Amino acid sequence: MIPANRADLSSRERWRLLKDRLFAAVMAVGGISVIVAILLIFFYLLYVVLPLFRDATVKPTASFEQGAAAAIALDEYAQTGFSIAPDGHYQFFKAGDGSVIAGGELLPAGAGKVSAVAAGDPVSHVYVAGTGDGNVGIAQVSFEVKFEGQTRVVTPKLGYPFGEQVQRATPAGDAIRLITGQASDEEATIAVVSAQGKVVLINATRQTSMLDESVSVEVTRTELDVDGSKISQLALDNQQRELYLAGSDGVLSYFDVRNKAKPQLVDRASVIGDAHHITAMSFLSGGISLVIGDDLGNLTQWFPVRDQHNNSQLKRVRRFAPLPAGVTAIAPEYFRKGFLAVDAKGNLGLYHATAERHLTTVASGLDEVAALSMAPRANAAVLASKSGKVALFAIDNPHPEVSFKALWNQIWYENRAHPDYIWQSSSASNDFEPKFSLTPLTFGTLKAAIYSMIFAVPLAVLGAIYTAYFMSAPMRRIVKPSIELMAALPTVILGFLAGLWLAPLVERELLGVLLCIPVVPASTLLFSYLLSRLPQRVKGLIPDGWEALALVPVVIFAIWANFMVGRALEVMFFDGSVTHWLTVNYGIGYDQRNSLVVAIAIGFAVIPTIFSISEDAVFSVPRHLTMGSLALGATPWQTAIKVVLLTASPGIFSGIMIGMGRAVGETMIVLMATGNTPIMDLSLFQGLRALSANIAVEMPESEVGSSHYRVLFLAAMVLFLVTFIVNTMAELVRQRLRKKYSSL
Amino acid sequence: MNASTSSSRTAPLRHWWHSGSPGVWLTAGAVSFSLVMVFGLLFLITVRGMGHFWPSDVARLELTGGEAKYALGEIVEEETVSATRLKDNGVAVPDGRESVRRVLLKVGNRNLNGYDFQWFNDLDFGAVSYPRKAVVIERREWGNFYGFVKGIREGDKPLSIEGSPWPEMRKRIARGEALRKDIAHIERDQMGAINYGLERLRLKTRKLELEGVTSGAPLADIAAERDALNARYGKLAEKLAKLNADAGRDVLLLETVNGVASEVRFYDIVRAYRPNAMPLMAKLKHYGAKLGEFVASEPREANTEGGVFPAIFGTVMMVLLMSVFVTPFGVIAAVYLREYAHQGLTTRIIRIAVNNLAGVPSVVYGVFGLGFFVYFVGGAIDQAFYAEALPAPTFGTPGLLWSSLTLALLTVPVVIVSTEEGLSRIPRSIREGSLALGATKAETLWRTVMPMATPAMMTGLILAVARAAGEVAPLMMVGVVKLAPALPLDGNLPFLHLDRKFMHLGFHIFDVGFQSPNVEAARPLVYATSLLLVLIIVTLNLAAITIRNRLREKYNAAET
Repeated sequence: MIPANRADLSSRERWRLLKDRLFAAVMAVGGISVIVAILLIFFYLLYVVLPLFRDATVKPTASFEQGAAAAIALDEYAQTGFSIAPDGHYQFFKAGDGSVIAGGELLPAGAGKVSAVAAGDPVSHVYVAGTGDGNVGIAQVSFEVKFEGQTRVVTPKLGYPFGEQVQRATPAGDAIRLITGQASDEEATIAVVSAQGKVVLINATRQTSMLDESVSVEVTRTELDVDGSKISQLALDNQQRELYLAGSDGVLSYFDVRNKAKPQLVDRASVIGDAHHITAMSFLSGGISLVIGDDLGNLTQWFPVRDQHNNSQLKRVRRFAPLPAGVTAIAPEYFRKGFLAVDAKGNLGLYHATAERHLTTVASGLDEVAALSMAPRANAAVLASKSGKVALFAIDNPHPEVSFKALWNQIWYENRAHPDYIWQSSSASNDFEPKFSLTPLTFGTLKAAIYSMIFAVPLAVLGAIYTAYFMSAPMRRIVKPSIELMAALPTVILGFLAGLWLAPLVERELLGVLLCIPVVPASTLLFSYLLSRLPQRVKGLIPDGWEALALVPVVIFAIWANFMVGRALEVMFFDGSVTHWLTVNYGIGYDQRNSLVVAIAIGFAVIPTIFSISEDAVFSVPRHLTMGSLALGATPWQTAIKVVLLTASPGIFSGIMIGMGRAVGETMIVLMATGNTPIMDLSLFQGLRALSANIAVEMPESEVGSSHYRVLFLAAMVLFLVTFIVNTMAELVRQRLRKKYSSL
Repeated sequence: MNASTSSSRTAPLRHWWHSGSPGVWLTAGAVSFSLVMVFGLLFLITVRGMGHFWPSDVARLELTGGEAKYALGEIVEEETVSATRLKDNGVAVPDGRESVRRVLLKVGNRNLNGYDFQWFNDLDFGAVSYPRKAVVIERREWGNFYGFVKGIREGDKPLSIEGSPWPEMRKRIARGEALRKDIAHIERDQMGAINYGLERLRLKTRKLELEGVTSGAPLADIAAERDALNARYGKLAEKLAKLNADAGRDVLLLETVNGVASEVRFYDIVRAYRPNAMPLMAKLKHYGAKLGEFVASEPREANTEGGVFPAIFGTVMMVLLMSVFVTPFGVIAAVYLREYAHQGLTTRIIRIAVNNLAGVPSVVYGVFGLGFFVYFVGGAIDQAFYAEALPAPTFGTPGLLWSSLTLALLTVPVVIVSTEEGLSRIPRSIREGSLALGATKAETLWRTVMPMATPAMMTGLILAVARAAGEVAPLMMVGVVKLAPALPLDGNLPFLHLDRKFMHLGFHIFDVGFQSPNVEAARPLVYATSLLLVLIIVTLNLAAITIRNRLREKYNAAET
């Protein structure tokens, strides 16, 4: 019996031990995994943000011999290529191995020998050619995509939207030396420079007859009053409004050609030193900025800027990291402001203009690159050398537009008069460049936080001193939870009240609200003084520790009186409306949902946090310190300021830090109580846009994996880090304080 | 002589100043101001929120200028504006008038006017009266109607009304309500179930297709099932058409205060009443009915009218689900940290980190939830289990599950901190006693320590729930919508739809208050919603405080 029992017991014991170990294992695994899950937040944010700052990669994928090319391009899938030889022979080829799919002559046989070829805007796939006889022609390439089942079939085609016949640009015998051109659905424009130095603009407008829908093309021809013999580069923007002529002497001339019959010189600028030559020039996507490369490898970006008299002036906006040798070709991206540049030694550099980013440089292995182009999706590039070698590269460059500079510094965007901090992540228009400056958002966050702290800190800290040190115990038992209950109020309610109740109230009673700042504290002092003059019998009605209760009606009355006085003053001195008066007399704008409203609302939300922590710190100051001070004859107030406050100051500091952390991260209040305009303005009467509100508004709409998405993650990470660091500091201070108290 | 009197005059001031009492009173003023703010805010929300349901009287203003003779409506707001401000807005104010009183009238009749509210300056109206016959009709569309009853029409024939039309009206309003219920039952419950079934069949077919099955018995079964559902749907549609035809039978003929005729189907009337003729009891009854509607019915008119039931339901569902996640994990992490982990620098750092996570902005958790849960985990789940529904995402889109998980992560520090505090308060002697009696560590924890710490866990959970119920910013990213077509819990398998989007009280406040086309009309409802949310959260917090206090007393007793 007994052994059996023992065996029974020991198996039970074993089971108990097993259970014990199992329990420990479950706890360890569960506990550690929860902690890991919490830490995961930070690492996941980092994981999403990091690709923003990764350099691009450019890798060779194919190269083959194919005859010289003056222009070259790829289709959307980077599978089919198109090239035009300097003699006007075009061909479509497979991008993988260079095998020719189709080919022919760009211009009809009678037009003469082709002497100049150029590509228009890459998006439109327009090509122009001029002949030795002075004729010009325009053609357009298209890549038709069809799906046969699951397989994609691309059929390349060359068409002549403005007719197959050529147009005369210069008198016969004056060969065309340089050419450029653009075409839209309605019109096409070509600019040429002839061997004899004439500069001619040819415009073709397509008109559809109302009667039979037949199409006729009307052609105009204008000669520019300029000597073209020194011109080395030509560029016409894709809207056919601006013509740029670059001389070999480094002078850039900017013509307004909106009126094709009357081109006007707008500005001239010497873009590089006299000793050098402009060797390459190209528009960036959108047709506003020019990138100019010289024979030393320097790359600069230029665009016209309007001054206050509405005159356009060419300005050098930025310069890029130079290439080792002279620039021979520049190719823009189709939709972003990136570009490729190649130098005489075959170094291929990838840049982003606005972010001023040099993403990478690789050796292409080609000498004297004559034609360079990027694929529409910016995921491939094709180069052709004068000797007829073609090389293809795969590009991985997902987020070129983000750089430290673009996020935090002033950026000079196109069509803007000067560099600025701008946040504008999306727009209705298509050829729009996102502007990701986190500076105005961070500014907004800090503005809201600091203004709200100015409101909250005095109230919370003074309140905490009183509650912990002077207030009677029964009252404290009610007051402390009441104020702490404020912390539990959902911020969406505070935001709603701030936006829809407080904002109109403040606008109506601005003067009264501003008067409250000095008058309410003054009224408590006045009440105290008057009370001190009253006989002891009356004074005795308010026992020590109950002052705060007695002051409640005083405060309410003071606020009400301020509003009344404010209204009267408004009528007497400010024409009935302070906001209107400020705008008219001082040009100070007034937004209904402004920083003042936000400061009050966020202040309200952070008061309980600061109050609670400071109150704890003051309350736990050891009694013998205060007793000692009082025994030495100090008044309670002197003791409070010189002993209690001093001892508890680290705790109060930590409370303020934690309150600051909360104010920085506050989302719903700033979202609802401000206009959410990303402006940088310290005015109390203007709105703001904070990081947190910006995330809440834009995150649901941003495309996964896009630069915008990642920048929003970066904003979240900034918030995370700032609050985490601030809170950790506060916590460390508090722990040290606790240790100090226990040793006192 | 002079100097001495002035010094004696300033003596009390100096005395007062040196006594230190200004400082005391100043700090007391800070407390008073804070208290005024807190209670003022609660008072404001309560008054505005509760006032919304009261049937206010309908005033008739006699207009002096312009074409319209009268204006009829509820006076919503009265204020005095300075004459200059009005002049700036282009209002002609006679000289000598410093200020003008103006009233905001809810005039309703949006289908006729195009607006609900109108300001009237006291320059433009004379006498104000409260006609007893003025009627307010709450409609399902176009907001309220203010005017007078002219008659009733049944089909094409007008009904003769001798005396009061009200008994007849009540009967027909009740009939309309019954019809509404029937139609809603068919549309939502029965047809909803069929549509749900059809969608599942479509997904089943697609799944088979992905597996390479293009013919055979399973497909035939699906086709048969689909035919059966479609047949049932056809029958229901017929029934619905008949009910809809019935709905148009009874029409109430109305007239505005200026004599413009209007009519409304009884089917579209939510309620009709004459506030000016209502005795107090009737008003109270009306108040109760409106309050009931607010809590228990669905929103109407782009959320600006009706109730908030789906938002309450969504909030509760989300919070419950969150509790299911947060309680075990929070408790396990706390027990591990306090009882098992080696107490050193690492645990100290972890403790600080956990503590600080409670201070990380909630919007950051939303970003994390959207990126990690929705796109990363949800996308993976869709690829693995819901491939047939792609490209329409099932879990790869914001929804209830992800919202609860995100909020669980947001609130887990609260539970950990609170539970740890509870564990640390349990006297050593209890643990040692248990161990000395031969219990293993697991048994000690499970049988003695954890039961004693339950109130602390409860406190943590309640605080977590209170925080979660009020959070909006992260939910905007991971699953809340302004109007959810269906509740996350319904009669269709698998009953609880974790992938559905839901409505939430906090988001409702934001959406109706700031994104609604008719903010002015919706504002009272937002106050009422705010009050509801405040009540929920204050109750939860008070519960947590009470539990914590009890707990403290209990252990103080255990320690002595």
